[in-house]
Amino acid sequence: MKRFQALLPFVGVAVLLIVWSLTVWARVVDPVLLPSPISTFRAMWIGMTSGKLGVDFLKTVERTIYSTAIAAVIAIPLGILLGSSEKVYRSVEFLIDFFRSTPASAMFPLFLVLFGVGDRTKISVAAFGAALVILFNVAYGVMNARKTRILAARVMGASRLRVLWDVMLLESLPQTFVGLRNGVSLALVIVVVAEMFIGSTDGLGQRVFEAQQLFDMPDMYAAIFAAGALGYGLNLFFLTIERRFVHWSGR
Amino acid sequence: MAGAQPAAKVELAGKLPDSSHRTAPHVTIRGLTKRFSDATIYDNFDFDIPRGKLISVFGPNGCGKSTLINMIAGLFPVDAGEILFDGQPISQIRFGYVFQNYREALFPWLRAFDNIAYPLKLMGIAKAEGKARVERLVAHLNVKIDLNLYPYQMSGGQQQLVSIMRALIVEPEILFLDEPFSALDYEMTLFMREQLQRIFVETSTTTVLVSHDLEEAVYLSDYILLLSRHPARAVEFVPYEAPRPRTLKSMSEADFISTKAHCLEIFQREVRKG
Repeated sequence: MKRFQALLPFVGVAVLLIVWSLTVWARVVDPVLLPSPISTFRAMWIGMTSGKLGVDFLKTVERTIYSTAIAAVIAIPLGILLGSSEKVYRSVEFLIDFFRSTPASAMFPLFLVLFGVGDRTKISVAAFGAALVILFNVAYGVMNARKTRILAARVMGASRLRVLWDVMLLESLPQTFVGLRNGVSLALVIVVVAEMFIGSTDGLGQRVFEAQQLFDMPDMYAAIFAAGALGYGLNLFFLTIERRFVHWSGR
Repeated sequence: MAGAQPAAKVELAGKLPDSSHRTAPHVTIRGLTKRFSDATIYDNFDFDIPRGKLISVFGPNGCGKSTLINMIAGLFPVDAGEILFDGQPISQIRFGYVFQNYREALFPWLRAFDNIAYPLKLMGIAKAEGKARVERLVAHLNVKIDLNLYPYQMSGGQQQLVSIMRALIVEPEILFLDEPFSALDYEMTLFMREQLQRIFVETSTTTVLVSHDLEEAVYLSDYILLLSRHPARAVEFVPYEAPRPRTLKSMSEADFISTKAHCLEIFQREVRKG
């Protein structure tokens, strides 16, 4: 029974592959538009090991990590600062919510003017989007620190700075990780879109777009799956760090 | 009158021998006044807390039991009045405070041991010295729980015991407990009462306990402070002198039953007044 439970996550994958194979076999869809799973995964394997896909994959990873890192370095300290005073946060809340709601893709032209056509634009737009998400989560994490816990520290004689450092900072960590996971997902979306449309010569977005232009469907699907695996992997990466260092989260 | 208090205190401490100093009240509350937006909770409230005794505060719902110890412990500001510990303000003394909600009062990112040692860290005591002090306290109280666990890995009772130890580690002059057992199940409550009684017998620390359980209040206390509805007055300060350690058997003895009945009668009279 236990062994069966462990296999459950693979059931959906198996069903998808079967339906996909049957669709190709029965020629429900034009085979040019939907290649078989085997030719897709072969394209992916060749692309990742010896083709251009692997290079593009790493390029996208690099851009996403840069933008998330920049966002985190700016947004975490700022979020702690804003969150430690509810009055300060309330005074900038509208601005944060407004820009958080603005589609980051709408900022491309502005950032193009500022940074030119190149990596700096892609990375900075993605960092901008991710930073707001992280900022918002960190600030809320600090603000929602349990009142009793803060009171407990105060009653033991902790100074304000000590409470911020020893209690609020740690209290905000679970929410900070929620922000980081959402932030990295958003950064990846923005980077991929940027790679498609703003004069890029590499990256997964460019790979998908180029394969589509060349009508190379196995390559296109391979690039899409690579992007999916990247998104999933980045999320899992942060989740693993979170479980490791924020062991009390949700308990 | 409040102004004359510190001067009188100095004289007292200077002249009288140590033994009578020990019988002087530990905490003096004078002219305490507290208003919340729509209600006066305390109006010119005076009270003395005796030294080295365990007292319980009991009264109708919303009369300000917790507010009282929160003001005494300096968690809430007072609107007027003065609370002194041997003539000194709260900022000058060492005290311990145990919250009802142990889950939110402990630090889940620290192991139980480090939770207990945390107040020592705040006092700037070296790590090795702090460790030794925690180990001494553990041995002294004969506590048999694994302090390497994180709070969320422990039962509610164990967590509250850790909270109490965190309050005791500074060797407090006074210990406050705000309904410490009300979030525990009955079995655990009985166990924790014994733990608290044992700690009290061992340390004789002046202890103020807020309780909503009359049986518990009488069972644990040397005195039960019965409060009226707000603005709260001290209706009566009922002594209960059964020898310690008290056991479950004490609860079936005549003096326990009559003390509890007396408190209940006053309580009901005060409730009806509202």
